[in-house]
Amino acid sequence: MANQGVNRGRRRFLVAATSVVGGAGVAAVAAPMLASLQPSARAQAAGAPVEVALGEIEPGQRISVEWRGQPVWVVRRTDEMIEGLSRITDRLRDPNSEVEEQQPPYAQNEHRSIDPEFLVVIGICTHLGCSPTYRPEIGDPEMGAAWQGGWLCGCHGSRFDMAGRVYSNMPAATNLVIPPYKYLTDDVILVGEDDEEGGTV
Amino acid sequence: MASNPDEKIQGGFLGWVDARFPLSQMWNDHLAKYYAPKNFNFWYFFGSLALLVLVIQIVTGIFLTMFYKPDAELAFSSVEYIMRDVEWGWLIRYMHSTGASMFFVVVYLHMFRALLYGSYKKPRELIWIFGMLIYVVLMAEAFAGYLLPWGQMSYWGAQVIVNLFQTIPYIGPELVTWIRGDFLLSDATLNRFFALHVVALPLVLILLVAAHIIALHEVGSNNPDGVEIKAHKDENGLPKDGIPFHPYYTVKDIVGVGVFLIVFFAIVFFAPEGGGYFLKADNFIPSDPLVTPDLIPPVWYFTSMYSVLRSIPDPFLGVVAMGAAVVILFVIPWLDRNPVKSMRYRSFAAKFNLAVFVVAFVILGWLGLQQATTAVSDMSLRFAQVYFLFFFLLWFLSRERSAGFSILAFLVLVAIYTFYDVVRFDPDEASLIMWGWLIPTVYLFVTMVAPVFARGLGRDRAVPQRVTS
Repeated sequence: MANQGVNRGRRRFLVAATSVVGGAGVAAVAAPMLASLQPSARAQAAGAPVEVALGEIEPGQRISVEWRGQPVWVVRRTDEMIEGLSRITDRLRDPNSEVEEQQPPYAQNEHRSIDPEFLVVIGICTHLGCSPTYRPEIGDPEMGAAWQGGWLCGCHGSRFDMAGRVYSNMPAATNLVIPPYKYLTDDVILVGEDDEEGGTV
Repeated sequence: MASNPDEKIQGGFLGWVDARFPLSQMWNDHLAKYYAPKNFNFWYFFGSLALLVLVIQIVTGIFLTMFYKPDAELAFSSVEYIMRDVEWGWLIRYMHSTGASMFFVVVYLHMFRALLYGSYKKPRELIWIFGMLIYVVLMAEAFAGYLLPWGQMSYWGAQVIVNLFQTIPYIGPELVTWIRGDFLLSDATLNRFFALHVVALPLVLILLVAAHIIALHEVGSNNPDGVEIKAHKDENGLPKDGIPFHPYYTVKDIVGVGVFLIVFFAIVFFAPEGGGYFLKADNFIPSDPLVTPDLIPPVWYFTSMYSVLRSIPDPFLGVVAMGAAVVILFVIPWLDRNPVKSMRYRSFAAKFNLAVFVVAFVILGWLGLQQATTAVSDMSLRFAQVYFLFFFLLWFLSRERSAGFSILAFLVLVAIYTFYDVVRFDPDEASLIMWGWLIPTVYLFVTMVAPVFARGLGRDRAVPQRVTS
């Protein structure tokens, strides 16, 4: 039998067919393995909304709350800070919040919030995920005379203004993210859940 | 393989085994009858030392896993438990953490040896490729291991590095979520990094080390003269300039092991934090997802590549540049086409090129540990330019180039980075940009233009037939 009458075409076909079936088997096993690495149902369910009382925040003060394991900042801006927002428009990369994924529609305005006084923002730099430090002092000598208050990321030096808008020519290319939130009463907000229009002030 | 008759004569237990498993044959192939060049020097200690550190890491690592808990709630305190309550736990953990840094010290010196003596050149290209794969897997292994104590540096260092993938267009954000297994760095991430660190990557590492050594023993070792010892054999077919690895080099390597262990345990006992370079103070604080430390430098062995990343102002291009800085090392055997292997017989220009590369690598490493001020970013850019120009020069110095080509290539290269300097020119940083411009320019002038006027600078010397000394 040995080498007589070897049908090379058939042999090639069988090798190819076996390889294809084997390859399909490997792919079928690999798919669930790789998919298992995605966020589990528990991770997806986590992240209940958080209530924040606004009444106790002093003007100019920033408080930090945890939502989905991330820091969410709530800042009660002073009038000076709010006025400062329009003074630096030409230094910002996206002053009008045109990148839509960075905020819900009701925060797509100059102050990037429902109520101009209260900013609610996720405190994670949009560059590589560090948490920037709060530098509220207007004209802070370390930040330059034109500084209108905001945040400086210690990791790679990105700067953000008092509405979380990124300055031009920074490592970070987008504004800080505004989470969905809504007003439950005049001075209590719920971070992580919204109505279409974000409730009323 | 053909069986050697004089091995079969042995009876007894060894004979019984040899009839069923090639034990004596393996001993002979890799040690007792593996002929290595007789002129190995200091630089040849680091291969065996790398193997030693691998063993230290595996043994200490096994014992650490007996006490460590890969759980975001428990990880930090289980490491403190090892340090304080487990008998000798501090020693095991400090051996493991010091071993990580010493692994890279040894591997970087081992890689430098290959560059110095052309050990990557034909027929040893695959040894170099396997070695580079070991280096890449080692970086992944070290990165995964650094997350496990779940301190502030673990957390935020991993946050920054994992987020590098976010810069990849289109698939970036999804990919990062998949890597983390959550929408933020969390318990799921810690658990899978633990699995990679203790099972998957060590297995790959050991397989690659085996491939590295098998490839080496197939073609034989290079040596400081870069001469093929197999070209001159005696009447028994043994290389005239070779000596059996065992006992000659096993004994030599044991001396290296002794000296290494003195240094290793001096660090373990007296400076386990390595002056803040091996273990950072911030990592003795439990991780806090709400507060970022002021400065998040990677561990020292990543900082050269990290500087390349930071020198590019665009996030994605920065990641590409950092990746390229590693990937380009793989193709060195095909860039450097000069037949002279050892730096001993290479031209002044080639020696200068390698020296500048080493200096640039060290300076990039130092810059990567600093806060990213304007001056640091600018110097990072300059030395990143030098880093990449080194590879061009490896190719350029493959043979003596004509005066016209040398000067033309020099002008083109200078024009490229000068153009970028003009584009990014900022009057506030004029002096920084102009003085920094001299760094790559002087480097290229010495290696490319000077040899045109003083031909001796660019001329390789004759390689001897047999090894010297």
